[in-house]
Amino acid sequence: MSYTLSKIEKRTAYTLLLPAVCLVFAIILFPIFANVWISFKEVGLKDIRIPEPRVKKIVKNIQDSNSELKIIYKLRNSSLIQDIREVKFSDKLPKNIEPVNLDKRCEFKSKKIKCFFGNWEPGYRENLEIFVKNVNNNAINSKYIKSNKPDLNGKSNNILLTTDFTLKNFKNVFINNNFVELLTTTFYFTFFGTLGAILLGIFAAQLVNQKFYGRTFMRSILLFPYVGPVVALAYTWTLLLDPNSGTINSLLVNYGVIEKPINLLGQKYLIINILGFELKLRLALTTVIFFEIWRYFPLAFLFILARLQAIPKDLYEAADVDGAGPFRKFFYITLPQITAILSILFMIRFIWNFNKFEDIFLLTGGASGTLTLPISVYQQGFAVSNIGMGSAVSIVIVLLLITFMIIYFKLIGKKANEI
Amino acid sequence: MKFKSLIITLIASSIFLTIIICIWKILATLQGVSFTNLNFNLNLLLSLGLVITYVFIGKKFNHNLKIFILSLLFTILFTFLNENSPVWFSVGIFLLILFFTNKLKKYDLEYLNRDFISEKIVFEFLSLFAIVFFALVILFPFYIMFVTSFKTQTALLINPIDLSIDFSKNIFEIFKSYFVIFKTYDFGRYILTSSYVSVGTVLITLLFAIPAAYAVARLNFFGKTFLSTSILIIYMFPAIVLVIPLYTVFSQLGLRNSVEGLLIVYTATTLPVAIYMLQGYFKSIPKEIEEAGLIDGQNWFGIIIKIIIPLSLPAIASVSLYVFMIAWNEFLFSLMFLDNPKTFTLSRAINHLTGDAETPRQYLMAGSVVVTLPILLIFIYFEKYLVSGLTAGSVKG
Repeated sequence: MSYTLSKIEKRTAYTLLLPAVCLVFAIILFPIFANVWISFKEVGLKDIRIPEPRVKKIVKNIQDSNSELKIIYKLRNSSLIQDIREVKFSDKLPKNIEPVNLDKRCEFKSKKIKCFFGNWEPGYRENLEIFVKNVNNNAINSKYIKSNKPDLNGKSNNILLTTDFTLKNFKNVFINNNFVELLTTTFYFTFFGTLGAILLGIFAAQLVNQKFYGRTFMRSILLFPYVGPVVALAYTWTLLLDPNSGTINSLLVNYGVIEKPINLLGQKYLIINILGFELKLRLALTTVIFFEIWRYFPLAFLFILARLQAIPKDLYEAADVDGAGPFRKFFYITLPQITAILSILFMIRFIWNFNKFEDIFLLTGGASGTLTLPISVYQQGFAVSNIGMGSAVSIVIVLLLITFMIIYFKLIGKKANEI
Repeated sequence: MKFKSLIITLIASSIFLTIIICIWKILATLQGVSFTNLNFNLNLLLSLGLVITYVFIGKKFNHNLKIFILSLLFTILFTFLNENSPVWFSVGIFLLILFFTNKLKKYDLEYLNRDFISEKIVFEFLSLFAIVFFALVILFPFYIMFVTSFKTQTALLINPIDLSIDFSKNIFEIFKSYFVIFKTYDFGRYILTSSYVSVGTVLITLLFAIPAAYAVARLNFFGKTFLSTSILIIYMFPAIVLVIPLYTVFSQLGLRNSVEGLLIVYTATTLPVAIYMLQGYFKSIPKEIEEAGLIDGQNWFGIIIKIIIPLSLPAIASVSLYVFMIAWNEFLFSLMFLDNPKTFTLSRAINHLTGDAETPRQYLMAGSVVVTLPILLIFIYFEKYLVSGLTAGSVKG
């Protein structure tokens, strides 16, 4: 029997999987590999557009003669950088109308003007003028001629598909662009953001795990920052922290806590004097980290709460008998029970905070010392308009990410499935 | 022992009361009451006095009568000692003290005599404080967002901490920002686009994910383990590394500025987690039911439609809500792919509003309310499903 059940099963499995796998491959895996390709090329944002020959048709009447017309074709190369090869042009003329003194490059055949322009250099422009007249000397309907759209095409190189490569982008990433600071900022942001979110998550979970009036309400509220759209929340925070008329600054000034408003999101360093020592605090970065903690501690909270509720009650009852207070219960019973989930959370949140783009982008746009790797991708690619550089930074991110994942799977990959 | 725990109760409870009163004062400031001093020390002394009186009166009176009279007395003191304040502020203080003294009920001398009580007392007040702290920290930005949308630019510039809503104006004036963003800034269209994109993403994702998840959960094929591990790994790759190649390819294919392009990208990025969540649930469905279906002459298609989908509706609901939330809140791709205001989603539209520095902030906040409210309402209504979706899918975020 050629069609065994297992063969049918296999075939079904592949058919069921095919659409999903194709889509994921096209939109996620292909771009990751395409990044490698682009990162070795010198491509700017403006090179992406494939050069096209363009034409604009203008029809003009000629004085004293309504049987003759002048057609002006404004031709140009849309690209200022690349040339177009073998440009071909054709336009249809109505019945009984023929061109007069046709350009050398053109010919008239079966009611069509056809031209071969050869190569157009970058930024090429030309006004092609063609006179037409009616063979029967009748008046020409210029509207009809106007409505005909000319055809124009040519060959051009797609800069993304050529095979000239360069190492310039990587050189720029590692040498010219303060790579060390970029990396430190990223890790500073990632580490403290993750740590803070988890600590706050432990507090919140511990709180909600007790019985009090309005507990379910509290649990819903705690998830709000994570569920709300990042755009709305980030802009609300910017308004809240605004130095000119933000609520926080105005309140602090009103109550005399500070004399002048502090630009929490726009000031790179805050110098604090403690016992004669000058401490430089990275103010904007710290604020962004606080936003990050505020937005993502609900996730840590959710995980830790689930784990807390699974801890057997008799452990606490035994501790009660032994006369342990709440702090001791926390450190000797609760904490050992949640270390596994904490380590997994830390790894996962670390990876995700490492990749975080929107939050920083919306709050500071990467200014005042908050430039992290993901923001750098955007800046290089779209603000500086250097796609190749952006891709090179992406590659750095992917490589670091793969390292993290290897560490993750080596350390706790198997445990993660059990929990 | 008794003495120590008494002192601790006094200190912890009076600090707690003072903090609550200060928070109430700050909130009152935002309603236009002009306080310029928190009077922390004075309030602390008063609170201490209150707690001491409470403890020493003991059980001589009826509890309800006692707390009522005490609250009234101290409200008058607080109001008198704080700067002149409106009536509603004093009523608030009264309610706070009432609530607080009611909490104090169990702290009589007998209770304080128990073992290990001081640590417990600190812990109790700490949790009370934490409830207030978390509620405040979480809700404050939402409150600001909501209230600012009802103000006017000039009022905000004159007194940035007065966020009270002027109810003497007519309704049209109060909701002016909302009328403006719908009329001038075309937010009605953006709501439609956002809904269309989000619902579309959910439907297409389900259409692709259910068969794939079924195959991964049930069928044997070559490369199964590889596929199921790579699902998670793929999921870990962030949108930012996909942006540049997708941008270039979509530009060349003319898919930028189109809702379809956005749909494709959203679907692809949520597919891995949808498959992962669904296959976990499918595995928990007893195999015998499907075998019964097979004997009845169903093919794979029939089994999925008639058995698997009806049995896993809760999981499908979770996935749908989670995917909807991701699509509704998504920002990066909509920023990259949409330049034309006609194709904006809500998130992109709000970002576009800020591009013009002249845009008054109440419009911005009104827009933020418009994008936030639906997702919060959905969350509150379907909390159970969304929370299970979040827990399963929140490797990402």
